[in-house]
Amino acid sequence: MNLAVLKERAQLNHQVRVFFAERDVLEVETPALSQAGNTDPFIDSFSVNTAQGLRWLHTSPEYPMKRLLVAGSGDIYQLCKVWRKDESGRRHNPEFTMLEWYRLGFTYQQLMQEVAELLHTLIPHLQKPPRFVTYRDAFLETLHLDPHTADEAALAACTRANGINIDGDMPAQAWRDLLLTHCVETRFPTDRLTFLYHYPASQSALAKVRQENGQWVAERFEVYLGVLELGNGYQEQTDAVRNRQILQQDAQTRGDGIAVDEHFLVALEQGLPECAGVAIGIDRVLMCRMQVNDLKQVIAFSWEVA
Amino acid sequence: MATYGANDLRVGVKIIINGDPYTVVESDFVKPGKGQAFTRARVRNLKSGRTIEQTFKSTETVTGADVEDRDMEYLYTDGSVWTFMDSGSFEQLEADATAMADAVKWLKGNEKCIVTLWNGVPLQVTTPNFAELKITQTDPGVRGDTATGGTKPATLETGAVVKVPLYMEEGEILKIDTRTGEYVSRVKA
Repeated sequence: MNLAVLKERAQLNHQVRVFFAERDVLEVETPALSQAGNTDPFIDSFSVNTAQGLRWLHTSPEYPMKRLLVAGSGDIYQLCKVWRKDESGRRHNPEFTMLEWYRLGFTYQQLMQEVAELLHTLIPHLQKPPRFVTYRDAFLETLHLDPHTADEAALAACTRANGINIDGDMPAQAWRDLLLTHCVETRFPTDRLTFLYHYPASQSALAKVRQENGQWVAERFEVYLGVLELGNGYQEQTDAVRNRQILQQDAQTRGDGIAVDEHFLVALEQGLPECAGVAIGIDRVLMCRMQVNDLKQVIAFSWEVA
Repeated sequence: MATYGANDLRVGVKIIINGDPYTVVESDFVKPGKGQAFTRARVRNLKSGRTIEQTFKSTETVTGADVEDRDMEYLYTDGSVWTFMDSGSFEQLEADATAMADAVKWLKGNEKCIVTLWNGVPLQVTTPNFAELKITQTDPGVRGDTATGGTKPATLETGAVVKVPLYMEEGEILKIDTRTGEYVSRVKA
C-alpha cells in the first residue's frame, strides 16, 4: 500500500469523470456477473457458482453497454473492475480497472483523436503528438514483412531471423502475435502515443472490416505508450447477423461450453446505432502517469496478496 | 517428472530444453489484448552456463529437470574423478572434470561445496567464495616493495596459478576469491 499511488488513482478517476462530464457522456454501471461469458478465443472468464447456476465475471462491460446503446442511452462510459483468468505478470493482473466508452456517430478515426486527448490529460508529461501507423506499415518498417500476405512459413522464418526461440507449429496469427509482442511493440517510442490500426480481418472481433489496398482489414485500433498496450477500440459492428456469427464461431473454436450472450445478440436485432467504442486499461495508464514499470506498483494489493 | 505450464515458469524453475537442463532466470507474460499469450523467458543452460531467450506458448507444457543443489564436502581425487560426501547421509558421489571445471583450482580437501545434481549426477560444483592456499613456487620476493602494485605469477598447492604481489614468498598462505580467481590478501601462518 502506497498512499501517493492511492491519491494519484483517485485524482485520475476524477479527471476521467470531468473529461466525460464536459462532453455530455453519461456514466453507467452494468452487471459484473453475467449469465454469459466472453467468447473471445484468447480471453478467459472466471466463473462463479450461484443458486441460479453458473455465472461469469465480465472481462469487459462491452455486451451490456451495447444493450444500453440499443435501448437509447446515447453516449456512455463506465469505469469498472474486470477479470481475466491466467493473465499475470509485470503488465498484467487478473483483476484490473477498465474504462470503456461509446460515442454515437463517431468514426474510429474520431475516437482515436478523443482517446489521445484523454490520455494526454491523464499522462501530463506526454508532450509530442501521437503517431498513427497501420498494422501493415508497422511490420514493414520493423521487419520488412507484409503481415497480411506472408504465410506461416514466412512468418516463422522471420521470427527465427530475429532470434526468437520457440518450439512447435502455430497458426499464422500466433506468429503475427509473437512478432508483434517481441519485435514490433518493443520499438514503439516511449515519449509519445502510438496508434496501431487496421488489424488483419481475422482479428476484427466485433469491429467492422473494410478493404484497404486489396486486403480485408479490421477497423480496429490499439493505443500504446512504448510497449505498454493501453487500449483497444473499434468501429463497432452493427450488423446483428454478423455479431451472432462471430460469437458462435468463437464459442465453437473455444469448445469449452461457455454461454453466448443471448441478451446481447437479441438486443442487437433491434439495431445498434452506428458508433465507435474503446476500452482503456486504467492501471497501465496510471503506470505511465507515475512512470513505473510494474503493475504491482499502482494497485493497493496485487493478486498474490489479494 | 514434473511438468510446468508456461504460466508456472517462475525464476529458479529448472526445465529441460532440447535435452539440456536449464534454470529460468527471468520470465515475463506477454499478450496482445486479443491475441495469443506467451511467456518470454531468459534461461541459463546448467551445463554450459550460457543464457538464452526462449519463448513458450501459454498453452505449452515443459518438462521439469530433476536438478537439486546439495551441500557436500570435497574428499579427494584420483585425477579423473573428484569425490564428494553428503555430510548428513555420508553418501559419496563422484564429479567428472566437466562438472568440476574451475573448481579443481581451489580444492585441496574438506571444503564445503554446493554440488548441483541432475538426475542424481553431479553437473556443477560451486566452491566456497574464498580459498586459503599455500604458494609452492614463485620467483624470489622483492622485499619491502609494497607500494608499486606490481604482480608476478605464483603456483599454489592445488596447481592453480594466480597473480600475487611482488613481495609474496614461497610457503606463504594467501586468500583467493574463487569467483574471480584473484588474490585478496596474505594469511598469517
